[in-house]
Amino acid sequence: MNDTPDCQFRVDGEMTIYTAADMKARLMPLLAQCPKLEIDLSQVSEMDSAGLQLLILAKRACADRNGSLHLVGHSPAVLEVLDMCNMTPFFGDPVVISSQTH
Amino acid sequence: MNMDQALQTLIVESRELLQDMEDGLLRIEGEADQSESVNAIFRAAHTIKGSAGLFGLDDIVAFTHVLESVLDKVRGGKLAIGSDLVALFLLCGDHMATLVNYVESGSASLSEDERLAGSALVEKLSLHLDVRQSAAPQQSAVAPPSEPRVETSAGGLVNNDNWHISLRFGRNVLRNGMDPLSFFRYLGTLGEIVRITTISDAMPPAAEMDAESCYLGYEINFKSAADKAAIEGVFEFVRDDCDIHILPPHSRVADFVEMIRDLPEEDLRLGEILVRCGTLTRHELEIVLEIQAQEDARAENTSGEHQKHLGEIAVEQGMVQPEVVEAALEKQKQIKDTKAKQQQLVRVDAEKLDLLINLIGELVIAGAGVNILAQRSGQPALLESVSTLGRLVEEVRDSALNLRMVQIGDTFNRFQRVVRDVSKDLGKDVALLISGAETELDKMVVEKIGDPLTHLVRNSMDHGIENAELRAQRGKPAKGTVRLNAYHESGSIVIEVSDDGGGLNRERILAKAIEKGIVAPNHALSEQEVFRLIFEAGFSTADKVSNISGRGVGMDVVRRNIEALRGNIEIESQYTVGTTIRIRLPLTLAIIDGFLVGVGDSSFVIPLDMVVECVEMSEQDRQALKERNYVNLRNEVLPFIRLRDLFETGGEAQRRENIVVVQYAGHKAGLVVDGLLGEFQTVIKPLGSIFQHLQGIGGSTILGSGEVALILDVPSLVQQVVNFETRAQSANRATASVK
Repeated sequence: MNDTPDCQFRVDGEMTIYTAADMKARLMPLLAQCPKLEIDLSQVSEMDSAGLQLLILAKRACADRNGSLHLVGHSPAVLEVLDMCNMTPFFGDPVVISSQTH
Repeated sequence: MNMDQALQTLIVESRELLQDMEDGLLRIEGEADQSESVNAIFRAAHTIKGSAGLFGLDDIVAFTHVLESVLDKVRGGKLAIGSDLVALFLLCGDHMATLVNYVESGSASLSEDERLAGSALVEKLSLHLDVRQSAAPQQSAVAPPSEPRVETSAGGLVNNDNWHISLRFGRNVLRNGMDPLSFFRYLGTLGEIVRITTISDAMPPAAEMDAESCYLGYEINFKSAADKAAIEGVFEFVRDDCDIHILPPHSRVADFVEMIRDLPEEDLRLGEILVRCGTLTRHELEIVLEIQAQEDARAENTSGEHQKHLGEIAVEQGMVQPEVVEAALEKQKQIKDTKAKQQQLVRVDAEKLDLLINLIGELVIAGAGVNILAQRSGQPALLESVSTLGRLVEEVRDSALNLRMVQIGDTFNRFQRVVRDVSKDLGKDVALLISGAETELDKMVVEKIGDPLTHLVRNSMDHGIENAELRAQRGKPAKGTVRLNAYHESGSIVIEVSDDGGGLNRERILAKAIEKGIVAPNHALSEQEVFRLIFEAGFSTADKVSNISGRGVGMDVVRRNIEALRGNIEIESQYTVGTTIRIRLPLTLAIIDGFLVGVGDSSFVIPLDMVVECVEMSEQDRQALKERNYVNLRNEVLPFIRLRDLFETGGEAQRRENIVVVQYAGHKAGLVVDGLLGEFQTVIKPLGSIFQHLQGIGGSTILGSGEVALILDVPSLVQQVVNFETRAQSANRATASVK
């Protein structure tokens, strides 16, 4: 399987309600042009539901184009949110499983 | 977010809620159906407690919690609300106001007295609760009564030991500052989230998706020993913004049927999620779906049958306690109410509003300048354009000024409490009637009128309304009446405080005034002048001084306050019948519609509201004027003032003079001017403090041409004329009596 993404996108800083609109605006052209997208989450300092929604949006959009979305470098903030909402399976990316139980 | 700002908002909102609470308490005794007021009172206390909790204001939370518990009993019909309880609640509201004041001033804690008062109130409140409460609120969740395990689940109860929570967040949750994640974290402190499923079905395609809206829903299997109230409490602040279903352990299958029907997603999908959550077994799911299908079929067959309300069905099937249903319905109504309120109000910084009005004032002046230039140019297209512009500016001006207008009703309503407290203190039975509550006036005026009005009301009750004996003697009903009335009249707002008490005793006032040396013994005074003596500092005819009034300090301050607002007070009174005190205040303080007149080389502006008509002065009149100081206007006597003489403008009287007839407070006067220069609107620029005591001038303005025009203070001019007249009359009387 050819895993090389068409585009890479790195999130710097917060992925929250405060940055959501801006981030979506930046993601839209990428989603339009790159069916295979990789999002680097290593620099995400904080994430809330708005941030999570953007990831879901991206996942969907890529799937609609028969592409794929890969999330890499999940920062602790991201891991916590994905864990809490049980969304790790949804995205299907390999992550370090947290040592904390629910 | 700035914490200070947030705290400020809390303080303002708490005060509003305390006012709502007080209003509700005052209303409630007279009501046949008290339920709505009780709910309103409960909501107010409850919301204050919640908000205070957010900021960690433990004193307020602790106190309000006890109050809320008692209110809850009232709300639940377990405790009747009589006048004793109302009085206790009112005192509690006062104590909470004190606590809020402490929050505002930032001081550490209450004084010893206040703390004791607070504890006393808590004691009294606790008497109404079956269990003795300590002052601290109960933070820990109450363990629910253990429920018997059910072995089978066929059509009855499900096997699930855990709670099932279904959430569908509203679009605005994130925008309102909340995050589903924080609720889950909190939920985690009450128990264990066994399984959670995120549902993102509601998310639209990327192009339409609004990054700041929330499209998420959740199905949660939650293990906890907490009770339903505690779990519901977790979602307290998002109740309005979220569809919540909470199903206790071992709920009936029917519960799930209902819930699935309520939720937007497809039944099968929901069913799958519930199974995956561990809430339902696959077998149970089949049963649920079967019952669902049966009910759907039945509903189709009996389409004419009235769709039962969810609440009714729920109670019918024994699923839910009636109280819970009532709470849900109440919540719905509350949602509607708060939504309606939210749509109606916008919180605006008063300074920003003032800035806006200032700018509009400048706009008005600039517009006048443009108008003049357009007139001069004579170009029709330009003139039309400028005319449109002028009209729009006028509308903007009116709208802006309107923003500052509030109804006086709110202020009036506060007096219910004052009257209630004072009647108790004095042992007199007094009712307060309010009319004209919708009359609007400038916000600043409203704030400043509160104190004077309070004093006048207290005065009416203390000195005006007689004691029961005397009232009976005079054939009056035992219950005294104080009336607050407000209305607009020719550019002013009039506020009246009337009572059906003993009225002013003219002789006694005069005697006292002579005694105090305020008035010379043989000075002839009109009735109005005698009445106005009560505004003199140190004046009082009270035999004894009560703690409300009688010291002779109040009325003087009242008058000064009114005059500071550019208003005036008149008194109407009939001995043994009653008294009416009438306060007149200008409607707007910033911009006026004026009528421009010329006197010599100067221009003056007369407030248009007070102009009745303009009359050209005939040669006849001019001759007559030399002999007498009034004009015959259609057989009506019209006293007049020659502005030229008054302001010593100099120069010879022109051949053509005009009279502008103005009126104020029922008196008419004529102002003799040279030219009539038309209507125009302008901003009132206050005169410097040097000119404060200038009689007859109420401000200045800048004309479109750049010149300064003085604005006439018509009330004071009219007053001058009236005084002159009355003095002339008394002089005539004096000379007549001497003869």
